[in-house]
Amino acid sequence: MILLDRVTKTYGKVATPALDRISLHVEPKEFVIVVGQSGAGKTTLLRLLTREEKPSSGKIIVGGIDYDKLKDREIPLLRRKIGVVFQDFKLLPNRTVFENVAFALEIVGATNNEIKATVPKVLEIVNLRGKERRLPVELSGGERQRVAIARAIVRQPKILIADEPTGNLDPKHAWDIIRVLEKINRYGTTVLLTTHNQEIVNKLKRRVVTIQHGQIASDRAGAQYKV
Amino acid sequence: MKKKFITFSRIIKTGMVNFGRNAWLGMAAMAVMIITLTTVLFSWVTNAAFNNTVGQITNKIDISVFLQDSVTNAQAQDLVSQLKRLPNVKSVSYLDKAAALKVYKQQNAGNQQILSAIDQVGNPVPATVLVKPRDLNRIQDIKDFLSMKDVAALQTSDSPTYNGSRKAAIDKIAHATTLLRRAGVAAVIIFALISVLIIFNTIQMAIFNRRDELTIMRLLGASTWYIRGPFVVESIMYGIISALLSVLIIHGLFVASSSALQASSLGLLDINYASTYFSAHFLVLLAVQIALGILIGAVSSVVATRRYLKFKSK
Repeated sequence: MILLDRVTKTYGKVATPALDRISLHVEPKEFVIVVGQSGAGKTTLLRLLTREEKPSSGKIIVGGIDYDKLKDREIPLLRRKIGVVFQDFKLLPNRTVFENVAFALEIVGATNNEIKATVPKVLEIVNLRGKERRLPVELSGGERQRVAIARAIVRQPKILIADEPTGNLDPKHAWDIIRVLEKINRYGTTVLLTTHNQEIVNKLKRRVVTIQHGQIASDRAGAQYKV
Repeated sequence: MKKKFITFSRIIKTGMVNFGRNAWLGMAAMAVMIITLTTVLFSWVTNAAFNNTVGQITNKIDISVFLQDSVTNAQAQDLVSQLKRLPNVKSVSYLDKAAALKVYKQQNAGNQQILSAIDQVGNPVPATVLVKPRDLNRIQDIKDFLSMKDVAALQTSDSPTYNGSRKAAIDKIAHATTLLRRAGVAAVIIFALISVLIIFNTIQMAIFNRRDELTIMRLLGASTWYIRGPFVVESIMYGIISALLSVLIIHGLFVASSSALQASSLGLLDINYASTYFSAHFLVLLAVQIALGILIGAVSSVVATRRYLKFKSK
């Protein structure tokens, strides 16, 4: 589902690359946790997958799409196939919960009826029923993060990328988020999660990829957090 | 197909909503666009009026070529056909000595002295070729032809004449209208550039206010035109409104000036003709103004959004 082959990313003329010959293969429906210290290159890795950045060298293939052959006008189509949950949520502040989730569908030309039918179902999955008309500022951090997840999954992507979704949350809310991600994974979505949270990594017992200084330090199934 | 329609209608709707929200910001853009389009329209209509005035005057001017009495009828006809072949010649007519005398007598019907003098000396009036030029500014072509050696040989010493002093005045008018036309074109270009710049700035400000939203749209996979479309719609609205207002202003200008001044012309400008021209071509002018407004709006917004919509290429 996700294939990286010796991917290197260097910013500007800095001598040490942000990512150094990373090779990674993620199967469909897998749940992979990427750990590593700040600045290790986790976010760069995710930004390469969403084609916010272009690799300096190496090959990236996601869902059968070879990024080398991707034209600029095809980038939006790629992004529609990948759900992304951002560290800082990236919700539209002047739109309600419902509108924020609907926004992802409007972009791809869904009809109003489709939107009315789909959005409540997704809000149900992330336990936000009843808060459709709230604005992001009226929500707690955990609730905002769940809106972001709802928006990421509303188009039923095959891949969900979550960048530190629990970063700003207390433990209880962090676990709410992780449970939602597990639920989505059970429905058949490949999940790529980056986190700092040792407890979550240890309890989830999933495949853990550790990145250090831009390189993959370890890649083991059911592994423990170790940096 | 259905999806495209939904997307299209969403773009239009968002553009309309943004237009409403940015109304104050858009005022500057619209103000300068109105000035531009009004200048275009004003130059156009006054130019038509000037052309009409010059055309009317040009019709009245002719060149008289006086032939020597020794010139035969065949030679005269030959000269006429040669003149007809010149590109700047509108019409040529030939008056033989008898006909020319008749015209001369008519022109001087009130002057008994001249008439009796003519009767005493026989017919002193030479056979005459009357040449009407198409374009006053290129009269030199005809002059050159007439002063060629073998052509000049056919003429009397005081030939040709250019309707005397009127020529100088007409020259001035033609020169002035050319200048005015050029000034109009220059003004249109300058104002158009300024309005493109100001609309450009307006859109950039609107984009700056909403840059987070644009980033999010981009990350969620919105296509370039889904993001750009509303801005283009918004600017096109500025264009259309400005076009309508400019037509209204010019209409008001002619109505007001012809009623308030109660004059049929302002200096060189024939207001009656200008307002008749304006009413007669109202729909064409309106359509051109709207098209221009749309063009200016669309071009400036497309350029303004370009920078924000680029993907990283490194």
